[in-house]
Amino acid sequence: MFPAAFDYIRAHSAEEALAALAQHGAEARILAGGQSLIPAMRLRLARPAVLVDLGGVKDLGYLREEGGDLRVGAMTRDVTLERDANVRARYSLLTDTGAVIADPVVRCLGTVVGSLCHGDPSGDWGAAALASRAVMVARSASGERLIPIDEFLVDSFQTSLEEGELAVEVRFPTPDGRTHGSYQKIERKVGDYATAAAAVQITLGDDGRVTHAGVALTAAGPRPVRVDAAEKLLLGQLLTEDVIRAASEEARIVSDPFADTRGSVEYKKDMARVLVARGLRASAARLGTGVTA
Amino acid sequence: MSIETDATNNAGPQTLTMGKGMKRKEDPRFLTGNGNYVDDMRLPGMLYMAIVHSPYPHANIKGIDKAAALAVPGVKAVITGEDLVAASLAWLPTFHGFDKQMVLAVGKVLFQHQEVAAVFAETREAARDAAELVDVDYEPLDPVISPFDSMKDEVILRDDREDKTNHIYHWDSGDRDGTQAALDDSEVVVTERIYAPRCHPAPLEPCGCVAQFDAMGRLHFWVTSQAPHVYRTAISLVTGIPEDKIRVISPDIGGGFGNKVPVYPGYVCAIVGALILKTPVKWIETRTENLTTTGFARDYHMDVTIGAKKDGTVTALKVKTVADHGAFDAAADPSKYPAGMFGVVTGSYQFPVAFAELDAYFTNKAPGGVAYRCSFRVTEASYAIERGMDILAQKLTMDPAELRRKNFVRKDQFPYDSALGFTYDSGDYEGTMDKALNQIGYAELRREQAEKRARGEYMGIGISTFTEVVGAGPSKHFDILGIKMFDSAEIRIHPTGTGIIRTGTKSQGQGHETTWAQIVAEELGLDPQNLLVEEGDTDTAPYGLGTYASRSTPVAGAALALAARRVREKARKVAAHLLEAAAEDIEWVDHKFQVMGAPSRSVTMKEVAFAAYTNPGEGNEPGLEASLYYDPPNMTFPHGAYIAVVDVDAETGEVKVRRFLAIDDCGTVINPMIVEGQVHGGLTEGFAIAFMQEIPYDEQGNNMAPNFMEYLIPTSVEAPVWETGSTVTPSPHHPIGAKGVGESPNVGSPAAFVNAVMDALAPLGVTHIDMPLTREKVWRAIRDAQAAAASD
Repeated sequence: MFPAAFDYIRAHSAEEALAALAQHGAEARILAGGQSLIPAMRLRLARPAVLVDLGGVKDLGYLREEGGDLRVGAMTRDVTLERDANVRARYSLLTDTGAVIADPVVRCLGTVVGSLCHGDPSGDWGAAALASRAVMVARSASGERLIPIDEFLVDSFQTSLEEGELAVEVRFPTPDGRTHGSYQKIERKVGDYATAAAAVQITLGDDGRVTHAGVALTAAGPRPVRVDAAEKLLLGQLLTEDVIRAASEEARIVSDPFADTRGSVEYKKDMARVLVARGLRASAARLGTGVTA
Repeated sequence: MSIETDATNNAGPQTLTMGKGMKRKEDPRFLTGNGNYVDDMRLPGMLYMAIVHSPYPHANIKGIDKAAALAVPGVKAVITGEDLVAASLAWLPTFHGFDKQMVLAVGKVLFQHQEVAAVFAETREAARDAAELVDVDYEPLDPVISPFDSMKDEVILRDDREDKTNHIYHWDSGDRDGTQAALDDSEVVVTERIYAPRCHPAPLEPCGCVAQFDAMGRLHFWVTSQAPHVYRTAISLVTGIPEDKIRVISPDIGGGFGNKVPVYPGYVCAIVGALILKTPVKWIETRTENLTTTGFARDYHMDVTIGAKKDGTVTALKVKTVADHGAFDAAADPSKYPAGMFGVVTGSYQFPVAFAELDAYFTNKAPGGVAYRCSFRVTEASYAIERGMDILAQKLTMDPAELRRKNFVRKDQFPYDSALGFTYDSGDYEGTMDKALNQIGYAELRREQAEKRARGEYMGIGISTFTEVVGAGPSKHFDILGIKMFDSAEIRIHPTGTGIIRTGTKSQGQGHETTWAQIVAEELGLDPQNLLVEEGDTDTAPYGLGTYASRSTPVAGAALALAARRVREKARKVAAHLLEAAAEDIEWVDHKFQVMGAPSRSVTMKEVAFAAYTNPGEGNEPGLEASLYYDPPNMTFPHGAYIAVVDVDAETGEVKVRRFLAIDDCGTVINPMIVEGQVHGGLTEGFAIAFMQEIPYDEQGNNMAPNFMEYLIPTSVEAPVWETGSTVTPSPHHPIGAKGVGESPNVGSPAAFVNAVMDALAPLGVTHIDMPLTREKVWRAIRDAQAAAASD
């Protein structure tokens, strides 16, 4: 309601935004959808001296398949992924995720790239990006570089973007034929942060065995958590109930949440297990393979 | 003049709407964004006030440095508790008279977020910037958070009080020894500690005010108040300003729910600011200020004990309560009722003997104890007995509906004197419950539940058959600051048969502009669309105690009906003149006056109204108006039967409320559409209280729900679909038989939700979980029960 004083620069191109970042350095914050930054400023939890608004950078708002990836520009809103027919048909993990972020008002303004750059371990896109092996595209005065999402997400509210760099795009690899996923979330009410959430993406070979597994957790550590052990365990397996149980138990073990008003550590860890199991079952159902008991 | 008596001319208004779902007259204004709220007030030269709050729950104040704040451009003044001491305004009496509260902290702070200083500036932003720069030197002290620690008196929180104890008061009601003897003799006794968690009314519009002294030194005070007349008197008593020099105006109010009954420190500061700076001051709370400093509700730890025979007949009820009132006893109960109407805890049942006692304590938490959409502690009482009856049913392995049926006060027992001293006016508890059981298909649901239990699924059905006590209240027993809890009405009919209605109440969303018009329209045969309702301006409205505790319709509604009848009596004389008959030969039939025995000779109220100003008749007083102050002979006792059906996800603890049916009996219904709206809103609040709302404090005294991120308001996604219905048992002592309904859904529903979840978990042996029933609490109860079963 009453943010501390700040300067405001409206950029009309990525170059203008980069120039503003170069001029103001660490004092400046990029404003995309503003759905995390503005509430934090309103409560004076965030006090950037300069806001660089990407709202006028129209050519960063796109969603297209190119070069084997789904490319999502820095000003592409959550709602665009949520409602895109191609995404719905082929990237079920992303559709699921888009549908449970905050509330519809937030999703109409919030951006995928902005959420990833915010680096909140409770943000939903982080786990979805980990499970689908996304890659960030960072631009600076010296050009562009690609950053695998595992390297991009460093710590709570901290990414590997360097000073003067602007994240302009996130790329989700276009899945092979037999790929589906699921995003499972427990929240106290619409708009709350996840108490626990899990992203799962599975590719099956012709024999019904898992050829790729992505399993990641939201709100389960200082950054979104990839469950390596579960992924390794799933590879080469049929999606039986025993395999699902074993994989989801790995999620419980690796989950490292903090206790808060949403729940205790014990509860959140167990929900990581429950939600990974549910995500795997939902993925199996979408892949048309009933879970064998 | 003689009057043609053509029936078509005398048909009267076609739009009488008593008992019909007339659309709310006030809604076009609200729906088009044209309401007029306190924050819409803008006056020339108006300053904005911001308050500095304490980050500590308990600390000595070593000093306050205003210099940096005063240096912010646009800042006009900073005041602290010491400044108010100089003006004798550092303390404020609380409404029920047992305590006082600090306006701005003097010497020490007693709860986190307590008001420490007030800043006045030309803009809101400057005021807030400067508030951050007020440098307060705190010396933190250990906080006392639990009332069970507070009662040990190891640390005395309130050294300003004569009694060096944290104990505020003891209250009891009923027969202590008789109850204990009956419990000792009972075949079955159940007992449970049931906590009604600290929650908050959280109205959509937070509190705020604008204070202005005019050129004649008269205070004009726009404020979010549910009781503007009481405010005027209270302000006069606190500040010494003569009451005629104070005008309190409550404009449109965006919800109150009890939160806007007390007088808050911010109001006093704004008045002081306007006085010393000689210019208007506006203060509007932030959401966090509303949740952390203004009146909370509940926070009762209740030990409920019920005795019964093996066949389920109840023999005795004992309830022992520890109440946490926070740093000041700022509850807004009537003077003689420190625990409000908690004595209604015997509920709808025939307890031959009962005893209730309560001890209240100070803690380092925000002050309050307001009646959040309930008639002073009735929700706590209703929750205790309705939960207790289910615990008893579970112990007896009896169907909870049958246990209730066995013990209900019967329809033919009214007026019924309860064991704790209330005289229930009327009711049909069994009829209302049977309607609910039939409508929801209770027997079929029990069959489905049995099948699901056989499959290991957790489905529950919860019943709450509550009785409320509302409409405070008879002057013999009820007062606030000594002022009797009557209410008032004034009706003025204009020459053209339209009119204006004023009452001492103040709508905050209840729809008075519509219901009041409907009552008067019915009594006078006029068009409710042309009866303007005006409340909330103490210069024009008659003195009344305000709107809370479901008292508007029972008290002011009665005043209106009786004032309308006074108007009618006056009109009868004019009608007699017009009809050339004696007044005693004029009767009121079908909303018009007619000559007894000659129904073709009649006049409408509209015709009489015109004549009252143009041709009143020899010896008749001109004009057509009346006012009336109504002292209710008794309280009214609305009741209801609510049923919740839930499914519990044993893996996550998630509860899905599959169905919820509310059958309410609020006596005569004035506007069923408004009643249904009230029920929907109150049920949604009850749902929130049952499943997600609490103001918890951590061990360090930090308020853990200071905003809507943590204090959860359900949306349409979370809220169940509500099914509603009614039975009608009029109040025998109310002029139109109405009882009040605004609070019933909040009072009655929490127990239905919790009972349903406990019913689902009954096969596991779980008897009680305290609200809010979060997923984790339910998950843990299931897991612990399963672990216990496995280890057997």
